[in-house]
Amino acid sequence: MQSKTFSRHESRYFYALVALGVFVVFLGYLGMHTMEEHGHIVTGMNNQIVWGIPHVFAIFMIVAASGVLNIGTIGTVFGKKQYKSRAPLSGLIAIALLAGGLAVLMLDLGRPDRMIIAATHFNPTSVFAWNIFLYSGFFTLAALYLWTMMEKRMNVWSKPVGFAMFAWRVILTSGTGLIFAFLVARQAYGSALLPPMFIVLSFAWGLAVFLVVQAALYAWNGKVLDPALLKRMKNLLGVFVISSLYLVAAYHMTNLYFAKQNGFESFILRDGGIYPMLLWAGYVVVGSLLPLALIYLPGLGNTKMVVTASLLVILGSFALLYVFIIGGEAYPLSIFPGFEVSSSFNDGVIGSYTPSLPEILLGCGGLAIAFLISIISIRVLRGLPHDVADATAMNDD
Amino acid sequence: MKEANLDRRDFLTKSSVGLAGLAIAPGMLLFDLAHARDLAHAPVLNEPVSNKVRWGMLIDNNKCESGCTDCVTACNTENGLSGGTKPTDSQWIRKVQLKDTLTGHVSSLPMMCQHCEHPPCVDVCPTQASFKRADGIVLVDKHICIGCRYCIMACPYKARSFVHEVLTDQKPDVPRGKGTVEACTFCVQRVDKGETTACAEACTKAGHNAILFGDLNDPESDISKRIRTVASTQVRADLGLNTGIRYEGI
Repeated sequence: MQSKTFSRHESRYFYALVALGVFVVFLGYLGMHTMEEHGHIVTGMNNQIVWGIPHVFAIFMIVAASGVLNIGTIGTVFGKKQYKSRAPLSGLIAIALLAGGLAVLMLDLGRPDRMIIAATHFNPTSVFAWNIFLYSGFFTLAALYLWTMMEKRMNVWSKPVGFAMFAWRVILTSGTGLIFAFLVARQAYGSALLPPMFIVLSFAWGLAVFLVVQAALYAWNGKVLDPALLKRMKNLLGVFVISSLYLVAAYHMTNLYFAKQNGFESFILRDGGIYPMLLWAGYVVVGSLLPLALIYLPGLGNTKMVVTASLLVILGSFALLYVFIIGGEAYPLSIFPGFEVSSSFNDGVIGSYTPSLPEILLGCGGLAIAFLISIISIRVLRGLPHDVADATAMNDD
Repeated sequence: MKEANLDRRDFLTKSSVGLAGLAIAPGMLLFDLAHARDLAHAPVLNEPVSNKVRWGMLIDNNKCESGCTDCVTACNTENGLSGGTKPTDSQWIRKVQLKDTLTGHVSSLPMMCQHCEHPPCVDVCPTQASFKRADGIVLVDKHICIGCRYCIMACPYKARSFVHEVLTDQKPDVPRGKGTVEACTFCVQRVDKGETTACAEACTKAGHNAILFGDLNDPESDISKRIRTVASTQVRADLGLNTGIRYEGI
């Protein structure tokens, strides 16, 4: 089948892409190795900002992994045929993204060599520990989900497994939100809005990633996506982007409602330099309003515009996560409310953080892992969607 | 013959008792010595810690002198910390200058791990490396800490540090390691020997007597008597963590 889909010429491109992916993974390894050898002193992270750019990459990939499966859910759980034929592709990208995100998260640990301890010593009260369980379950269910879709005899099981997958990923993304929602120490976090916010963000980011991959696959195979389907998918992205904006606004509005959070909100929304800039220009304008214009303005909304909009949504997601994670940590802890404080440990001072090359390379290495797993698995397992018109398609019911 | 036999039996009995006494006596003596230390409210090395004791501290903000950093220096020396103050350096204890924004009143106090009864760092640690001893001391098991830093995110007192660099010249009884998280241990290596913490000792030596260390569970301890008679507060008491360290005069 492969020889039919890929000519020798295309094969050469494929191997070039694999080589590129391997090269970036190698760069990521160099970054990780430098951090491992010298310690986190070679990163921009410190005792105030303990999670940095690797966490931005990792959380983007983990959240998007869950969101990209939304395509599969719409197909299997809600019975939309055109989405159903895209379910295998969404499953493959989900596994790839989660693997990339987890790789970054784990290789950023102070002691990555002790990763196995995370499995042997389990603390039932830790959200992190729950997540380790949720991630492994996600891999297993996603693999099972793919099997039920790709193996004809297992097709009957794809709906119940799809349901389980749907529930699991909602819980998983809630878990990602809860990592921050349970933190009472820092003003940016400790909000019950965070789990639902992360779920809606995952819908938008996952769909954006899916649309980019789908467009690349179609272009690669010289196919054109049905315009009606493109319209449906781009409108769905629009709805998700608007919902995300709403929840991000609600999160900041509820913070503003609590008088003691005013200082933090004016920092993030107005006075914090890079953070308000990234939030307004990066997330709101470039990552939300511009994509919405490309999606909804009359005369726009063709494939190119939709891909551009999706790429902008992804860019905006990085801006939002940078503000949320690093901006949230940079604002000083309120240890003594009502007092001005100073100390040798930077109490009362805005934390400073400049991402260094090794940690950026580590993050890019994670993206490259996701990229490699995606392109290889899509090629080997034939993840290209076959639409309803294609009667021989294996995934149609 | 009979008499001789009796003598022999008598001799054997008496000498056995004597020998047994000789064998047991030193053990009993050690046992007594050990218990004598227990009476001084200090658990002994090799003896399991128990929750009959809860170690705590009362810090008198009014007695803490603004420019004095003797407690910080003593902590660094005792625990083998570099004393550096870069944002990546470990600081187990620090002096915080406070200025009341309404009244303008200025004061200073030492800040460190508050050894909470319900420590958020212990709750969030995925591997149970952060743990609370039965006697209330919150510690990090350096063998199972994976360096995820979630505990630093969770601590409301900014009390924890991450070891960012390779360490050299460590103290044998204060385990530390690159890539793991650490914080004030209440000088557990001293407390287990029946001594007080390095910071409290240094503060007393400097004549300020601002730091009082002791057993909060013993109603007769100096610290218990003091917190019964003066008003003391916990930092961020709103979080309900029941800290082991209380402050007087904030």
